[in-house]
Amino acid sequence: MSEQIKQPMLQYLRQEMLPTTFCAGCGGGTVLNCFSHAVDQMGLDVDNMVAVTGIGCSSWIPSPYFEVDTLHTTHGRAIAFATGVKVARPDLNVVVIAGDGDLSGIGGNHLIHAARRNIGLKVFLVNNYIYGMTGGQVAPTTPTGTRTATTPYGNPEQPLQITELVSAAGANFSARWTTHHVNQLIKVMKTALNHDGFSFVEIMSQCPTSYGKFTRQRDASTTLRMFKENSVRIKKAQGMTDDELEGKIVIGTFNDRNRPEFADSLEKIAQARMEESS
Amino acid sequence: MKTFTADQFPEARRKLLERYAGQSQFMQGDVAVAIGGLFAGCDFFGAYPITPASEIAETMSNLLPYAGGKFVQFEDELASVSSIVGAAWAGSRSMTATSGPGFSLMQETVGYAVMTETPTVIVDVQRSGPSTGQATLPAQGDFYQARWGTHGDHETIALSPWSVQESFDMAIEAFNLAERFRQPVMLLTDGETGHSRERVQFPRLEDVTVVERVLAEDHEEMFGDGGAVPPMGRFGTGRRIHVTGSTHAANGMRMATQPPIHDKLIRRICGKVSDARDELTRIDVLGDGTEKVMVVAHGISARPAYGAVQSLREQGHDVGFIRIIGLWPFPGPKITELCANAGAVIVPEMNLGQMSREIERFVDGEVVGLNKIGGPVFHEREIGEAALEALGRLS
Repeated sequence: MSEQIKQPMLQYLRQEMLPTTFCAGCGGGTVLNCFSHAVDQMGLDVDNMVAVTGIGCSSWIPSPYFEVDTLHTTHGRAIAFATGVKVARPDLNVVVIAGDGDLSGIGGNHLIHAARRNIGLKVFLVNNYIYGMTGGQVAPTTPTGTRTATTPYGNPEQPLQITELVSAAGANFSARWTTHHVNQLIKVMKTALNHDGFSFVEIMSQCPTSYGKFTRQRDASTTLRMFKENSVRIKKAQGMTDDELEGKIVIGTFNDRNRPEFADSLEKIAQARMEESS
Repeated sequence: MKTFTADQFPEARRKLLERYAGQSQFMQGDVAVAIGGLFAGCDFFGAYPITPASEIAETMSNLLPYAGGKFVQFEDELASVSSIVGAAWAGSRSMTATSGPGFSLMQETVGYAVMTETPTVIVDVQRSGPSTGQATLPAQGDFYQARWGTHGDHETIALSPWSVQESFDMAIEAFNLAERFRQPVMLLTDGETGHSRERVQFPRLEDVTVVERVLAEDHEEMFGDGGAVPPMGRFGTGRRIHVTGSTHAANGMRMATQPPIHDKLIRRICGKVSDARDELTRIDVLGDGTEKVMVVAHGISARPAYGAVQSLREQGHDVGFIRIIGLWPFPGPKITELCANAGAVIVPEMNLGQMSREIERFVDGEVVGLNKIGGPVFHEREIGEAALEALGRLS
């Protein structure tokens, strides 16, 4: 009798909830796979981990599939809910996985201030350039000129440079990679998961359904090839002009520092006051 | 329901509370709310400044660390209310405080807290609106916002104090109700009560009852399939809890497309509160319910109403008074019973007629809305005159 060989990462998933709701070719599965590998390689205690998500396709990456304590919140507020969890229980490993519309659009204010506060959340922002779940409306990340369901004459806006923003706002760690770079993605996820303070990874991802239908990228490989061909390492990008960087994706680690973590600072305030009165 | 008394709190909190326990102090309503929260075991406060509620946050930022608790001032009210729900699932007894505009911003997450059955306390120190209104004069215009501010079917538990003493007492009660019903509880004060200074008599720690959070045993589900109020969970205990604002099965997993699952869930989370209406009914009454004219009020407006009715009764007039303390669920049946003989029911409130609409649903007699907006609270005389006029019409 032959034994059935199981994908080893299945052990981290709520298998009764499979198959996933992701469309064929969606980058969400790659992110889930890489995240599972990162957790596996680090030997993290999943019972000490909380996954917090918002609303949108990317929020489904951990919820319901990744089997840890999961808080699937309202649209845009994942980081705010997660801050409550982390401050109340600094010993928990609090991870946020959500999309570009959720974390940088409707929830952009929380992203900026969580980075400024340097709260020890691990945030994985999956950027697929579009509001996918609602059918392909323009997002804060959609490239200028792109036709979408709500920019039928082309997007007149500039896309947000999220990792640059998070880095400038004060995060301890920030990086950008793509779903094409799976090994680097696992590695950077491990670095982020191991980092104190606000740790942020922007993951450029493909949406063959809602973004692809407007941009002739209906199959995942077209976008993945684009990621491969247009990615520029940050060191190299620093020597390039704005014109040369047009249409490029700057990848790599944007900042890596060690400022005090917020939940820990609050804990110290409480300890000091309690000692004062005892 | 498991309870303990406040003298059982860990040492740090006990020491903090002993600064107040058994003593009386002259203080602001907002400060009393914060200290009430501390007596109830609040250990997480999510804040965003807004007049006339900021003193609650200021007091918490000062005192909470002495109890080992955490205070965070957020970037907006969307975040402050979200944080208290997150903190509750991490095991905290959490709280936020705001006023009208902030309360409006919080409403989506109020619905999330209802749907996920998260115990937490939201204080709304009401101010004049709509919008910035007369920032920051008092009003009672959030009577219905507390009830229907968030979308979809839900029930609300809201308390309405009329003094600084009650601001303290009801902050404790709000926490206890939140734990008991596993749902957000609103404490609806107003700018006048919040900024007034009065004497508060603090109870001894052994006289303060605290309702314990019921946590699920390993075999128990956290979102139904048991009684009306299921036991809760706490992150980090290995249960791998799934919490979602989507329609979910008893195990917490999203099941949004099956009508019977939604029907069962929503009827249960509404029923756990509406079925407890008699038990949650809290009113004060002057008279015996036979009066020809009844004055019904809540919060700050109930103070002059009480004074007016007391004077009229001393003069031998057939006027009664009801103060509604538990605003939601609305104590309709009790109002019906007590107003059975009343030809006129006078409802003084600092809005253009919110509670009076609710009372109309429950009484046969004429409902006379006495509506005062613009900032100043009612004077006894205004309410007394309205009552006498109604008596004259009816005789």
